[in-house]
Amino acid sequence: MPPPRTPTLDCGGTASFRLRRPQRVRIALFITCIGDAVRPEVGRATVAVLERLGHEVSFPAEQTCCGQMHINSGHRTEGERLAERVAEIFADAELIVSPSSSCVGTLRERCPQLRGRLYELSELLVERLGVSELGAVFPHRVAYHPTCHSLRVTQVGDAPLRLLRAVGGLELVELARAGECCGFGGTFALKNAETSTAMVADKCAAIVASGASVVTALDSSCLLQIGGRLARERAGVRTLHLAEILAHA
Amino acid sequence: MSAADHSERPFPQAAREALADGLLRANMRTATDTIREKRGRAVAELADWEDLREAARTIKADLLANLDRYLLQFEESVTAAGGHVHWASDAASANEIVLGLARSHGVEELVKVKSLTTDEIGLNDALAAGGVNAIETDFAELILQLDGDWPSHILVPAIHRNRAEIRDLFARTIASPSITDDPRELAEAARIYLRKRFLQARMAVSGANFGVAETGTLCVVESEGNGRMCTTLPPLLVSILGIEKLLPRFSDLEVFLQLLPRSSTGERMNPYTSLWTGVAPGDGPQELHVILLDAGRTRVLADEVGREALHCIRCSACLNVCPVYSRTGGHAYGSVYPGPIGAILTPQLRGIEHAPTLPFASSLCGACYEVCPVKIDIPKILLHLREQAVATAGHTPEGLTMGAAAWIFAKPSRFAAATRLARLLQRPFRRGAMIRRLPRPLAAWTRTRDLEPLAPQSFREWWRRRA
Repeated sequence: MPPPRTPTLDCGGTASFRLRRPQRVRIALFITCIGDAVRPEVGRATVAVLERLGHEVSFPAEQTCCGQMHINSGHRTEGERLAERVAEIFADAELIVSPSSSCVGTLRERCPQLRGRLYELSELLVERLGVSELGAVFPHRVAYHPTCHSLRVTQVGDAPLRLLRAVGGLELVELARAGECCGFGGTFALKNAETSTAMVADKCAAIVASGASVVTALDSSCLLQIGGRLARERAGVRTLHLAEILAHA
Repeated sequence: MSAADHSERPFPQAAREALADGLLRANMRTATDTIREKRGRAVAELADWEDLREAARTIKADLLANLDRYLLQFEESVTAAGGHVHWASDAASANEIVLGLARSHGVEELVKVKSLTTDEIGLNDALAAGGVNAIETDFAELILQLDGDWPSHILVPAIHRNRAEIRDLFARTIASPSITDDPRELAEAARIYLRKRFLQARMAVSGANFGVAETGTLCVVESEGNGRMCTTLPPLLVSILGIEKLLPRFSDLEVFLQLLPRSSTGERMNPYTSLWTGVAPGDGPQELHVILLDAGRTRVLADEVGREALHCIRCSACLNVCPVYSRTGGHAYGSVYPGPIGAILTPQLRGIEHAPTLPFASSLCGACYEVCPVKIDIPKILLHLREQAVATAGHTPEGLTMGAAAWIFAKPSRFAAATRLARLLQRPFRRGAMIRRLPRPLAAWTRTRDLEPLAPQSFREWWRRRA
């Protein structure tokens, strides 16, 4: 069922008004390696949200990983080869979406040919497709953690907040030091495990103090770090990707 | 005050020890929070902040591209104004020049302006070995010198110390045992101790925030007035600066004197800005020696990506916003240049093989780049240096793992098979919804965090079945 949508009035030059229907777009999904193997529910939610808007989602089966782990760990040649591979696989796609700001950032940086076509999910919805009300209902207290790469690399702006504010029943709570890193950082979480832990412990303390029952973000990788720590602390706070909240109808 | 003893300890190990120090963590957190907020307010006041950053980046890029010319111009200008210029290729030769000047002038005690460059070259130790006592006159540097400690922050060297600790130290050293931790009392004790030294000193050593090629002018900015004392009272002044500290034109100071105080202390202007050009008869020092220091800088300059690190004006904004630095403190970086800038500067100045873990001491969150007043793309240089570190390390277990991962990711069938295999392997480790314990190297994760297991059905499996 199509979601309730504010109709846009388009003045056709004469006195006749017509209602502009949302255009059906074909969108290729880049699921990311973590999204494929660890949190497939995020991909399923992404598909659900886009299909509910009437768009067609495709999944090029050749895709694997954007190469970020390699590039960020000093193995640039291998990483760039993987990024290049993704660019080739999506060469013909007019519009590409990925539920990860961090992978989108890497691909935009390394593969200029993807720029202008590749979007992180919240960006795609708000900036490109012009929708922020999706008819989602999620009656919970939610804290939004703006991940580092969504803030400073992909720069999604307030798109995720606009989406969250439009979710029915959702109470968005204030998160202290929201813009501070959760300490994931890819292999940083292993190589500097103690420092990474000190960072995520502070992040979790802020989440718990916010009174949220759910914490959400645009990157599953950061949510693995935050969720892993919350679970270890038995904090009773769930982590959900933004797509999963938006898919809740 | 030498950092030499700590210099080659791997960062993760040094950080682990620092993190275990609860008092240090609390001190660091409070201090970095305060400066960070002040900076945010001071920067928000300027509508043209981004233009200033861009201007600074352009000026420094021009300086570095034409450094050979600007250095000679600077030498000429200083000489014309009555100063003497010395060229030091490394720390030892710089120290030797200072010691030689002290000896030839019969100086056994000198006063110093806070200077990272002199900390970098270990000047105080070298002078002490040569029988010359160097007294730090910056309040925080004095604290560290009295305690045999070393700086942990570029701008606030004793940031890791709190008032109670300083009271105890002063009671032991320069003040009466009944001194309290009232900041005014502590400052007064330092003032009384230092004033005598300022008036007696016949030689001073300073660094410089900027040196102007066009005019030969040197510039030091500071908050306490001790620098002004040092650069005006003693008859002999020696100023040491890295070759990257130059600015082409006097008018360039307009840009940098706006960027620096707002970025470093969160002030619109720093309380003291001292500018001096050569010597003036009957006023201020009558003999000025300027030492231009290389000590690895030309090597940094040769690296097209890494050279941007030489733009740094030592404001320390990157330290205050860094989520790593604000938890580990500065000592973990094993250098007078801690935090994100240290992580890119130290491996380049010393050679990557001497600091291979520093480029990895970052989660790549990018907060440093965002605040850098001269727009150094620190995350980019970190990646560049990580690549060098990997290349230098040769064959390692991590390298093998990364190679295997790249092979797996090269074909979706391999990735799907690896996912299935990992799903089997993770079974014995699952406890309910989570994995609570894994063998090395993943134990580094599970020691403090649960790990989400791989899903029973991957996205691509779901998609195929759905179609």
